[in-house]
Amino acid sequence: MTAVSPLPADVPAASPYADRPKGRIEITDFSLRYDGANGPMDAVSDVSLTVEPGEFVSIIGPSGCGKSTLLNALAGFLKPTSGVVRVDGKPIEGPSADRGMIFQQYSLFPWKTVRQNVEFGLKMKGMEASERKRAARTLLGLAGLLPFENHYPDKLSGGMKQRVGIVRALATGPRILLLDEPFGALDAQTRLIMQQILTNMWQRLKISVLFVTHDIDEAIFLSDRIYVMTARPGTIKAEIAVPLPRPRQPAVIMSSEFLALRRGLMSLIREESLKAMGGEINADALLGLGANFDGHDLSRAL
Amino acid sequence: MKTATLSAEAPPATAAAPETLKPAASKAADGVWAMVGRANLRPVLVGFVSIALFVLVWRFLTVNRIDLYVRFMNVPSPDDVLESAKTALSSAQFADHVLMSCRRILYGFTLAAVVAVPLGLLMGRFKLLSEIVFPVAEVMRPIPAIAWVPMSIMLWPTNEQSIVFITFLGSFFPILLNTLHGMANVDPVLVRAARCLGASEAATFREVYLPATLPQIFTGLTVGMGVAWVSLIAAEMISGQFGIGYFTWEAYSLVQYPDIALGMITIGVLGLASSWAIRLIGRLAMPWSAK
Ligand SMILES: Nc1ncnc2c1ncn2[C@@H]1O[C@H](COP(=O)(O)OP(=O)(O)OP(=O)(O)O)[C@@H](O)[C@H]1O
Ligand SMILES: [Mg+2]
Repeated sequence: MTAVSPLPADVPAASPYADRPKGRIEITDFSLRYDGANGPMDAVSDVSLTVEPGEFVSIIGPSGCGKSTLLNALAGFLKPTSGVVRVDGKPIEGPSADRGMIFQQYSLFPWKTVRQNVEFGLKMKGMEASERKRAARTLLGLAGLLPFENHYPDKLSGGMKQRVGIVRALATGPRILLLDEPFGALDAQTRLIMQQILTNMWQRLKISVLFVTHDIDEAIFLSDRIYVMTARPGTIKAEIAVPLPRPRQPAVIMSSEFLALRRGLMSLIREESLKAMGGEINADALLGLGANFDGHDLSRAL
Repeated sequence: MKTATLSAEAPPATAAAPETLKPAASKAADGVWAMVGRANLRPVLVGFVSIALFVLVWRFLTVNRIDLYVRFMNVPSPDDVLESAKTALSSAQFADHVLMSCRRILYGFTLAAVVAVPLGLLMGRFKLLSEIVFPVAEVMRPIPAIAWVPMSIMLWPTNEQSIVFITFLGSFFPILLNTLHGMANVDPVLVRAARCLGASEAATFREVYLPATLPQIFTGLTVGMGVAWVSLIAAEMISGQFGIGYFTWEAYSLVQYPDIALGMITIGVLGLASSWAIRLIGRLAMPWSAK
């Protein structure tokens, strides 16, 4: 992991982004406890992670380990029980258009057309109607969605809905994009295309991305770095760099580097998934699967 | 790769071609007939036949003065009612009754909607307000509007106001409760999405809570309109001097039996027309839910 210092002097004066926030995420000793029906429950405990400006980072972990919780805290919907969540050095105080979010569930407004959905953030910024219409149409054109601008969301396929969701989140020009298993409900083919679209947009816009997924291939294909979380209460089990060169072609998943990363991640995650399933599968059965791999050594080995 | 990825998303439409190779003209014609035959014409025809059957049975029972425990001797026949409808429709007095009732509905119902919808929205948003209003509403709700007639006459200086008040009460609670119900079912993900896109509290209310609740609000308005008519007719029968409810009751007192049926049919038609109007407004207000 690269050490990052605040580097105001290094920013070239000519850069159009010189005066803009860079989108650095810094989570320190984050814990969050829910007050559920059966008493308090630790969902996430002692998580520290960073996303450098312009970096694509994934979080992968078993179901219920607190991935959505972490992302919701970053978005500003949840306050950590302890620890700090900082963006560009400032603690988060609430939701803001600086941090775009794509949710696990489809979240387009059913009462707005595709274009009105994309315009929403601009409208909230107070942009004039004709101007935001033009902006939204430009963005929809880039994403190949212009023919559907006047459709209501319930007429769209799942892939299109998520695509509109991404365009909507990017319309306000956030420096950070948070995605919570955005492609979980899509078929394999659509998923691949969506991954390429996302990579493409990320490279063009130079935003920081924190991406939550269940899918190991997806995490490796997309990310610069991957954090593996443990079963509940979620902690960081391992941090893995993905040194695959970019731009990555779909064929990269057949390369030996990819497969090696995949194998390592697999065993890390299998351990945690079994743990997450509780007493259903005992430790002896686990041995039979040959999955005793020490995560911390793996990250070092890589 | 950059250009390829952006154009890759639109799958070519050629895959569907073999299935559409049937003669296009016959298919289109089929479609038209299917639409007219199944979707439009049949229900209308069946509707007419059903109403015609009803009138025929009514006519049979009344013309033959059937007495099967339920007595049809004094019940006017459709012919009698048609006759009295002709005289009534040509008299200004009948039109006055109808207009009077419509005006009371308009005032009472509109007032109820204007108070109950915003109140329901605010109660859904602010727990404290809900906790304050809800117990009172729960106690008042089961009291039928007719039971309010004596109290209403005491409360309001004029008869007219007390009838409008009763109409208001009748439609108020269905609208309020449906709005509340709608607010409780707003998808929290949509609220979060709006907040993430920079929406303020007020903007979230206007852009998310309100449209998300609109279908339930219109359910409430439709139910409320029905109850408004029920309450109005009851109030007019007891304390009115005008109105279609008064007309119907007066017909009974004056032994003008055909006018009773005329009054009833008029009430039915007015009720139908007003709920139809609400549905129309609903469809205009919610173009996204159009089928
Ligand atoms: N509002 C809440 N109140 C109480 N418990 C909650 C709440 N939200 C989530 N939890 C619990 O906290 C834990 C973490 O939830 P979270 O949704 O963050 O998991 P996740 O990693 O996103 O899971 P998945 O992969 O299934 O989406 C879960 O056990 C969940 O049951
Ligand atoms: Mg989740």
